[in-house]
Amino acid sequence: MTELSRIRNFSIVAHIDHGKSTLADRLIQLTGTVAERDMKEQLLDAMDIERERGITIKANTVRIDYPARDGHTYVLNLIDTPGHVDFSYEVSRSMRAVEGSLLVVDATQGVEAQTLANVYQAIDADHEIVPVLNKIDLPAADVDRVAEQIEDVIGIDASDAVQISAKTGMGIPEVLEAIVTRLPPPHGGTRDAPLKAMLVDSKYDSYLGVVVIVRVIDGVLKKGQRIRMMRTGGTYDVDRVGVYRPAMTSVDELGPGEIGFLTASIKQVRDTRVGDTTTTEKKGCEAPLPGFKPSIPVVFCGLFPVDSSQFEDLRDAIEKLALNDASFSYEMETSAALGFGFRCGFLGLLHLEVIRDRIEREYDIELITTAPSVVYHVFMKDGSFRELHNPADMPDLTHVEHIEEPRIKATIMVPDEFLGDVLKLCQDRRGIQLDMTYAGSRAMVVYDLPLNEVVFDFYDRLKSVTKGYASFDYQIIGYRQDNLVKMQVLVNDEPVDALSTMVHRDRAEQRGRAMCEKLKDLIPRHMFKIPIQAAIGGKVIARETLSALRKDVTAKCYGGDATRKRKLLDKQKAGKKKMRQFGKVEIPQEAFISALKMDG
Amino acid sequence: MPEDWETGGFGLYIHWPFCQAKCPYCDFNSHVSPQVDHARWQRAYLAELDRVGAETQGRVLSTVYFGGGTPSLMAPETVNAILERVRRLWPVSNSLEVTLEANPGSVEAGRFAGYHAAGVNRISMGIQALNNHDLQRLGRIHSVEEARAAFDIARGVFDRVSFDLIYARQNQSLADWQSELREALSMAVDHLSLYQLTIEEGTAFGDRYARGGLRGLPDDDLSADMYQVTQEVCAQAGFEGYEVSNYSRPGEESRHNLIYWRYGDYAGIGPGAHGRLTLGGQRHATESWRNPARWLDAVDAGNGESLRDPVSCADQAVECLLMGLRLVEGVDAERVKRLSGQNLSTESVAHLQDLGLLDPGFARIRTTPKGRMLLNSVIAELLGD
Repeated sequence: MTELSRIRNFSIVAHIDHGKSTLADRLIQLTGTVAERDMKEQLLDAMDIERERGITIKANTVRIDYPARDGHTYVLNLIDTPGHVDFSYEVSRSMRAVEGSLLVVDATQGVEAQTLANVYQAIDADHEIVPVLNKIDLPAADVDRVAEQIEDVIGIDASDAVQISAKTGMGIPEVLEAIVTRLPPPHGGTRDAPLKAMLVDSKYDSYLGVVVIVRVIDGVLKKGQRIRMMRTGGTYDVDRVGVYRPAMTSVDELGPGEIGFLTASIKQVRDTRVGDTTTTEKKGCEAPLPGFKPSIPVVFCGLFPVDSSQFEDLRDAIEKLALNDASFSYEMETSAALGFGFRCGFLGLLHLEVIRDRIEREYDIELITTAPSVVYHVFMKDGSFRELHNPADMPDLTHVEHIEEPRIKATIMVPDEFLGDVLKLCQDRRGIQLDMTYAGSRAMVVYDLPLNEVVFDFYDRLKSVTKGYASFDYQIIGYRQDNLVKMQVLVNDEPVDALSTMVHRDRAEQRGRAMCEKLKDLIPRHMFKIPIQAAIGGKVIARETLSALRKDVTAKCYGGDATRKRKLLDKQKAGKKKMRQFGKVEIPQEAFISALKMDG
Repeated sequence: MPEDWETGGFGLYIHWPFCQAKCPYCDFNSHVSPQVDHARWQRAYLAELDRVGAETQGRVLSTVYFGGGTPSLMAPETVNAILERVRRLWPVSNSLEVTLEANPGSVEAGRFAGYHAAGVNRISMGIQALNNHDLQRLGRIHSVEEARAAFDIARGVFDRVSFDLIYARQNQSLADWQSELREALSMAVDHLSLYQLTIEEGTAFGDRYARGGLRGLPDDDLSADMYQVTQEVCAQAGFEGYEVSNYSRPGEESRHNLIYWRYGDYAGIGPGAHGRLTLGGQRHATESWRNPARWLDAVDAGNGESLRDPVSCADQAVECLLMGLRLVEGVDAERVKRLSGQNLSTESVAHLQDLGLLDPGFARIRTTPKGRMLLNSVIAELLGD
């Protein structure tokens, strides 16, 4: 139990590559929290995918003992929060668990869109914010300009920003000192009050079961207590209480203001919802902490095994991942084109990619991913309402009163030389401009966009038109009615369900034509000609014809080497396995995604 | 009840693995060797003939085929000794066909009389092109003039003469090929093998192609047009395209190759030679050691074969179709059923017939001219899982 005045809880807000992980590594290193020989890059990112992509998916925490210049030793608790918009709710809970933030900005780059979203979360949580300018050792660093930008764009005083190079270690002692002198200790907190702790995040460990990260607000958490999760209602006996240094280290108890972990033989991550309140089963606190909300998937797509015999393996993989990820939903789906698979719901595109990568890597299942779709609200003429997760399930239009789609507020920061292209891209995606401001040579544009125009390849397109210099963030702002229709694709006169999409009526012809042209290139020629059509209802709006293959014969007969001919046939058959049979037409797997990508 | 192979008959293939130079498109088992011990090779062939002869005693042999490599580099004495031994080992048909592949050079032509005296009655010449520029590109060491001279000599010596041309070459236009083909047909030839240039992995052309070389090869449409023109021009000259790449005057078909295509039995002797032999009621695939020195050693030790595997009934049916559908005459559906124990998918056959790729009717599976051009796809459909 540490005295409140000797505790500092903080997070680090930064854009990808601006040096968050490196700074965290340096803080841990300089305070001797980890022995030199155990040091490795990105200490706090545990998953391969996190390390590889330089992103944080799960919140992590580390406790650092820091002997400050005032002669006292302080306990610093760093929560490393996920940085991505997909996990903005998780970020908001992590922010509520600490009192201050370090805002790390790359002095050669300046403020990026993602930094903004997270810094606003910190401001919402009433944080004290210490600006930190990183990479000042690089020749391209422009400290004055970036400090000015922080003041202009974010509106916080950057005159006494700490200047560092996380890479060389320069300025790190000043950061530690600033944490102690400029960030506040935890507010209030009574040791004698009933236990009240916020569930910050949780993860599954195959030896320990679910490990829960908590921030104690009031009371004391210790081993042997019977605790209750106030929102989910589960009760558990606490097996172990501890802190991360960053290795798991047991402690006797966690008191007010402290951050650490507990294990309590909890079997599923699903039972430990981020933002829930942990209290004791008996004599618990009266009301849970405010702000809890269950996470709701916003992007859906179909996952199908390439090899249909792996369906059961896929089910197993998905069930296991879902145990460890409450925000990921799934239900079985049958597609005429792709066979058996699952319709899965995700918090966003990154979340989708992470889950897909994990299934492919950790479970070794090759997947076909159908084009992501958003959740539409379909209002029926009979007054009923339904949520549409899959365009293939779109009811007959004659019974539909109207359809609403999710809209987002997108913030894009871009060097002004690319501004025109970005505006065109947003305009093309049915965007409505809300704001445009300049900070130096960079523009910040804010657009109201339909989420379905963004879920697919918007980010790829944005990166390509700005040569990677734009940053992008978004938040969902609600649902709005629009003239939306389901567009079907017919290959050889048969509808291919996995290629159905919802489109805006005004864009349907253009999208339909583009899709038909793409498919014409993606589908190999067959023995017969194949019409490829896009249709709304029964009406064909675009059509291409893939001409028949004319010649496909091996000239030489290789004498009496019949074995060789048989091997060639087997090779041909193996090539076909990479295709999906649809009626008499074979469609390559990549077509299901590539056909939907919009170029320009 | 007769055994399945009897539908196709019985032939003998002899592989001579040496060439003067390796052609850049060729992926057959051929080697360039400055010194060949002809006496040792002769002994080895005779030993192998004795071995296979003992296993297939009493069969009537219809054809012998000397392939390679360049068998026209063989000493006529070797060919003579082999054919003498053949006649001792098997009863031969009255119309025994003995073919030898020959390079159309002047040196080879000098040996033609000797081959004829040994019993060779059909010659197949690798002329490949009738213009010198393309011959050079194909890596051939002879000229058009030499080839024509060799052809004239062959024509005077042998009853039957065939030659090969390779078309769909780099920068070859439809009109170029048409006139070259007419020229070939105007020569007193009775059989032509007309192959579209195929880029094979593991050849010099294959490597060059993989590196982005070999520009100017025809696209799919041009090569389809070239193939069609070939059928037409040959038909006008009285040559029937009886197999995908083979054309002849009536009755002049390669009887040896027909044994392959009709899925008969054939013994393969020499480095890398393949065979199909039905022994004790079971059809076997045989292969000999590919490396010439390795093969010689194996023969000295008693057996040149590197592999002898039974071919399953299902694979036999597949092979019968793969080979047989190359022929205009097609395949007897009953025979395929007897081999595999099941009918071909009626649905697939009907689909291919609807597309105009197979002739109507279910008794014989036979491609239409359009279907023959798509044979790989047709077979994939017929044998699809």
